[in-house]
This record gives sequence, structure tokens and C-alpha cells, in this order.
Amino acid sequence: MKKVYLDHAATTPVHPKVLEAMLPYFTARFGNPSNLHDVGREAKNAVEEARAKTAALIGSNPEEIFFTSSGAESNNFALKGLAQANSQKGKHIIVSQLEHFSVLHPAKTLEKSGFTVTYVPTDKQGIVDPDDIAKAITKETILVSIMHANNEIGTIEPIEEIAKVTKEKGVLFHTDAVASVGWMPVHVKTLGVDALSLSGHQFYGPKGAAALFVRKGVRIKPQIEGGVQEDGRRAGTENVPAIVGLGKSAEIAAADIPHRMSYVSALRDRLQRGLIEKIDHMVINGHPTRRLPQNLNVSMWYVEGESMLLFLNMEGVSVSSGSACTSRSLKSSHVLTCIGTDAAVANGTLLMSLGMGNTAEDIDYVIEKLPPIVQRLREMSPLYEDMIKKEKVR
Amino acid sequence: MEQYSSKVMDHFAHPHNVGEIPDADGVGTVGNPVCGDVMRLYIKVENNIITDAKFKTFGCGAAIATSSMVTDLVKGKSIDEALSISNAAVAEALGGLPKVKMHCSVLAEEALKSALDDYHKKKGIPSPVTMPAETGHEHEME
Repeated sequence: MKKVYLDHAATTPVHPKVLEAMLPYFTARFGNPSNLHDVGREAKNAVEEARAKTAALIGSNPEEIFFTSSGAESNNFALKGLAQANSQKGKHIIVSQLEHFSVLHPAKTLEKSGFTVTYVPTDKQGIVDPDDIAKAITKETILVSIMHANNEIGTIEPIEEIAKVTKEKGVLFHTDAVASVGWMPVHVKTLGVDALSLSGHQFYGPKGAAALFVRKGVRIKPQIEGGVQEDGRRAGTENVPAIVGLGKSAEIAAADIPHRMSYVSALRDRLQRGLIEKIDHMVINGHPTRRLPQNLNVSMWYVEGESMLLFLNMEGVSVSSGSACTSRSLKSSHVLTCIGTDAAVANGTLLMSLGMGNTAEDIDYVIEKLPPIVQRLREMSPLYEDMIKKEKVR
Repeated sequence: MEQYSSKVMDHFAHPHNVGEIPDADGVGTVGNPVCGDVMRLYIKVENNIITDAKFKTFGCGAAIATSSMVTDLVKGKSIDEALSISNAAVAEALGGLPKVKMHCSVLAEEALKSALDDYHKKKGIPSPVTMPAETGHEHEME
């Protein structure tokens, strides 16, 4: 059966060159970077080389890169570490309602320990208004965290404009760029941020290696203590093979981003056009242009997301759904709620995220397979039946 | 999330009894699109026996599979027998459901009870139906 993977927002495969770079660090070069002997030094050099490559991808200095285990850890580290290290200046934090849970949940935890948090809304396309940030900043504000691009709807936030506000007010600014790094140019100096999270497996690196950029001179409190690794900011023996892989994936991305953007956005546009043509009562979520090039998030009226996902899976197509039924909480995506998507249609959401392994043929296959699935489920849906009956009455 | 059993997947991919019964003797609609599932169950009753049952469902894999299973289970049953079909029986007949999907079996039981309730009301006889307790979240229609 044909296989089409359209869930790159969940994870990407490891690039063959990345795997090749990693492999020696499991066996021949297995050393612990903290050791002074040659075996340790070999591993240390590999970690530092990866740090330089990761830094180069986002235009930072290598010593501003701290390796972590995941995007979630980077976000936790940023929120808690920056808040705790700077709490003598104030205890107010601003985040958007659109943030990933790995920002929202640490924010909630900080609230329990005496911080106050403002959750700024977005417009219907998911864009945060820099004026809202400016208005929310008080004398107590120490940190603003707004994601660079949303992982579900792909909306790209006006980070540079928000950075102007935070700079003027002397407030630290973190951005979760896990969804965007490797897929579009992300430069910390251009963006004007003080901290930035990225994750290797989002752009053809391995799982288990991610990073937090922290601008030189910014204080951050370690969240994992008990070792000298990462300049004392994060204890624990480095995951050397994965870090090497992250470095390699950063190096590849740095040279490939313009090509990636044009390649996946052309396929995404083809998919969007094809689905619009064949499926009625369908909503495109997010911003029409300020959107990640690989992202397509759609909601179908009268059908539920998980059912579509399961039927697509039977056809060999892997996608994500934003439906209540696939989440433990039985609530639909907080991102769709934030942008004001009707809760009934939010349950009929599919997130399709493209990658470099996809072809035009793959896209055409999905355009062929998805519409009959939607139609079949609609014919089974009492909501669709009610709608048709209402239309007839009119 | 836990995986679905092969029986659930079979009923989801090839659901039994999908459709409407235009001259149904009882119709029950339960659930809420906001919660992600709405079930509508139709029954045909002759001489106190449920001779046919059909459904339409908006929902996840488990919601469709439990709808399919409950309509299978109820066909040929007397009203009394149908009233005793529990959500656990529906789930068990499907080889079990993931924990987070048990509410779908509750919805199936409610849909059946609601259709039976409607049948009694249409006939103008007292309804013996007691709706099962909610588990987890609300399923009232707007």
C-alpha cells in the first residue's frame, strides 16, 4: 500500500546524513565529554562542534546555546529558569493563549509559586497584537513568551515587533521556535529575542536533542542541578550522539531552508487547492499568508477528526487531528478555541504537515482519498442529515 | 492513547445498520457536537420485539463502533431485553474499549434508551426508561 506521511509537525525522520554523523558516537566515540582523557575530549569536541552548528543556524554565539532533551524541556527551562532568576525585579509574566502546553503549564506552575501571568488573546488567524503586549506590561513584568510559529495552525507571530516593545520596556523575551526552526529563517538577532527554544526532531534531527538559546548576560536558573555540564546550566551527561545529530541537522537546514520553503509550500498549496475544490463546508485555519510553509490545518463541518484520521490511516496516510476525542481531556484544541473556531467544527479538524519526503504524487493521492472519506462520514452523520433537511426547507 | 481492538476497528470500518428508518417507532438523539459525538438511533417495533435498528453517528472510531454494536445487539430483542443492554455489554461485545473511550459506550446505551423512551411516548404508554448516569462529561443536546 502507498504510504504518505503528512505529520511532520509530530516528528520528522532522521536525515541519512544525520544518522551517519551520529553512529560513531554510540560505539567507537562513546566517551563522556566531562572527562579530560582523549576519549572524553573526542566526545567534548563533537558536542562543541554541534553547538557551533546549532548556533550558526539561528545566528547566535555558540556559548549562548544550551542543549536539552526536548522542546518541552527547553520551554520549561526558559519559563521557570528566566522567571526564577529574575524574580527580584518583579513577578509578572506574559504569554499568549496560543502557546504550546510546555509553555502554558510551566506558567501555571509559576502562578502557584507567587507569579502572576497574563494570557493575551490572538485574533481569528492566531496573531498576537504587539499592542496587547505593550498594554499588558507593568512595572512587575519580567518575562514575555510568545511562540514564533504555532505548531497546530502554523501562524507566524510578529516577533520582531513584540521584541521592540519588550526591549523598550526592559523585559526579557522568550520565543518557542520549535515549530519554525529548520523550516524558515530564524535569526535571534533579527528577531530580537533573549531566549529561543528549538528541537532537533522537528527538522530531520533525532529525538532527544533540543536546545535553548539564552542571550549572553541573561540570567537563568538551572532546572536540573548537580553537574557542570552546559556551563553549569543543565546537569546530566550529555546525550552525545543525539547532540551530534542535532548539530548535523542544523548544518543541513542552514544550507537548505530556501529550498525547503519553496518545496513544501508548493505542495501545501497544491493540497489546499485540491481539497477546497473537492470538499464543501471546509474551513482553513490560521493565517492565509503568515503561515509555516509546511502547514495545512483544516476543519470539516459535520464530521469528526479521529474518524477521518483512522480512515486515512487505512489508506496509508498519516495525519493528526485536533479533535476532542483524540485528547485525554475530551476538549478540542486550545489553539482552535483561542482563534474562535466553533467548537462543533473544531472537532472535525485535520492537521497536515508536509515534509521534504513528500511528492506531488503523494499530495494527489491524499486529494483523491480524503474527499470520499469525508463524504462517507457525512452520510453517516446526524448533523449532516439535519443540515441537508434544513437546506431543503429553505 | 490505547489502541482500538480489532473488533472495534472492524465495526468502525464496516459499520452495521447505518442509515435512517423513515417510519421508525422510536428515535433517540444523544450527545453534543462540542463534545465530539452525536448518536441518533432508530428502532422499529412489532409485537414488543425490535425488528430493526439503524443509526447515524457523528463521532470518533469508538462512537461509530459502539453505535454499530448496539444496533446489532438490540435487533430481535424484546423491549424488556433491550432495556437491560448496558454500556458495559456494548463495550464487552467489542472486545473492550480504551479507558478514555468508555463514554462512547455510555452514549450508545443512552441513544438506545432514548429511542425506547420515544417509542413509549409515541405509543402513549408510561416509559420504563431510566437514563444512565453521566460519566465524565455532558451529553445533552442544545
